[in-house]
Amino acid sequence: MAWQAKTANMAFTLYALIQTAVLFTNAIAVLHEERFLSKIGWGAEQGIGGFGDDPGIKAQLLNLIRSVRTVMRVPLIIVNSVCILLLLLFG
Amino acid sequence: VSNYPNPLGICILESNVRMRNPAMDSSEPGQLFDDTSTSAGPQGAGHSGLDKGPVAYTGQTVLSDPMSNLAMAYGSSLASQGKEMMDKNLDRFIPVSKLKYYFAVDTLYVGKKLGLLVFPYMHENWEVCYQQDTPVAPRFDVNAPDLYIPAMAFITYILVAGLALGTQNRFSPEFLGMQASSALVWLIIEVLAVLLSLYLVTVNTDLTTIDLVAFSGYKYVGMIVGVLAGLLFGKTGYYLALLWCCASIFVFMIRTLRLKILSEAAAEGMIVRGAKNQLRMYLTMAIAAAQPVFMYWLTFHLVR
Repeated sequence: MAWQAKTANMAFTLYALIQTAVLFTNAIAVLHEERFLSKIGWGAEQGIGGFGDDPGIKAQLLNLIRSVRTVMRVPLIIVNSVCILLLLLFG
Repeated sequence: VSNYPNPLGICILESNVRMRNPAMDSSEPGQLFDDTSTSAGPQGAGHSGLDKGPVAYTGQTVLSDPMSNLAMAYGSSLASQGKEMMDKNLDRFIPVSKLKYYFAVDTLYVGKKLGLLVFPYMHENWEVCYQQDTPVAPRFDVNAPDLYIPAMAFITYILVAGLALGTQNRFSPEFLGMQASSALVWLIIEVLAVLLSLYLVTVNTDLTTIDLVAFSGYKYVGMIVGVLAGLLFGKTGYYLALLWCCASIFVFMIRTLRLKILSEAAAEGMIVRGAKNQLRMYLTMAIAAAQPVFMYWLTFHLVR
């Protein structure tokens, strides 16, 4: 029935949110510093432009990417291992 | 429409609020609620002590045994230690004392705030009053954000959604849980998106995460009004009510967020040139425009 399809579309569960968050963080963590980010001008050293009071959006974004990669490296290993284990056991 | 700032630049609490103040709070002004949690404790222990006194003298109950007395005393001290540790640790994860501020409301505030959410066009002074560098409790200032209305509106929205589906014979009990988690997820996504955009635009604001949750929760009031109108008057009523509520939430959000996100000069109505202020204005308008979108997205499937 049409309404069932609609509610199935709408059923955005908390588990889906956790999955989305893990996937997004993995995607950010996979961006390699030398091989990719510097090539397209998004390297870490290009973010710290001037020391003025207004960093600008691009500098903030690069800062965010760099800090997510540094901070979330170890927790992501743990979370990914747990996810792999759960998927192996429960399909 | 013009917003006049206070001539002194500070917010003066009205005199009737000051008269209400000593009548409601019998304790010092820093406390938000009357603390009744500890008053029953000593009385309870005293009563139980009195009760167990004459019983122990008969010597026929377990309580006369000194060993079990000792065990009882040790158990109660362990329980109070555990409670202290739990309180201390819980405050680290969930800021309970900060949460209490957002629930310090009374009926008058709730009534005025609901009226403001549906009809924000006559209200002139949108600034939050401060009392010695801390914001005043929502009980005394209608502009302060609170969590009571968003929480109640969220629960009411779930119930009204169940009611709407029930009148169309499409209801099933697991629908309530699904709708609740779905709406919660959209709320979390919206708050995270706003936090991210506030970080990217480097806004120096005193908006906390809980403030953002409160502001995002205010749209549930409009959604409830829309769905109820749709139940009573059909699709036309739903669209009319939703249009009205969307417009008022848009105006409400812009007027509230303008004071918090934009710089002082721009918030007072003077046009300030500069890319930074323009970006902040766009951000405010984007946040306000996302509210009607969510309001329609979360309710259109309920009204047939």
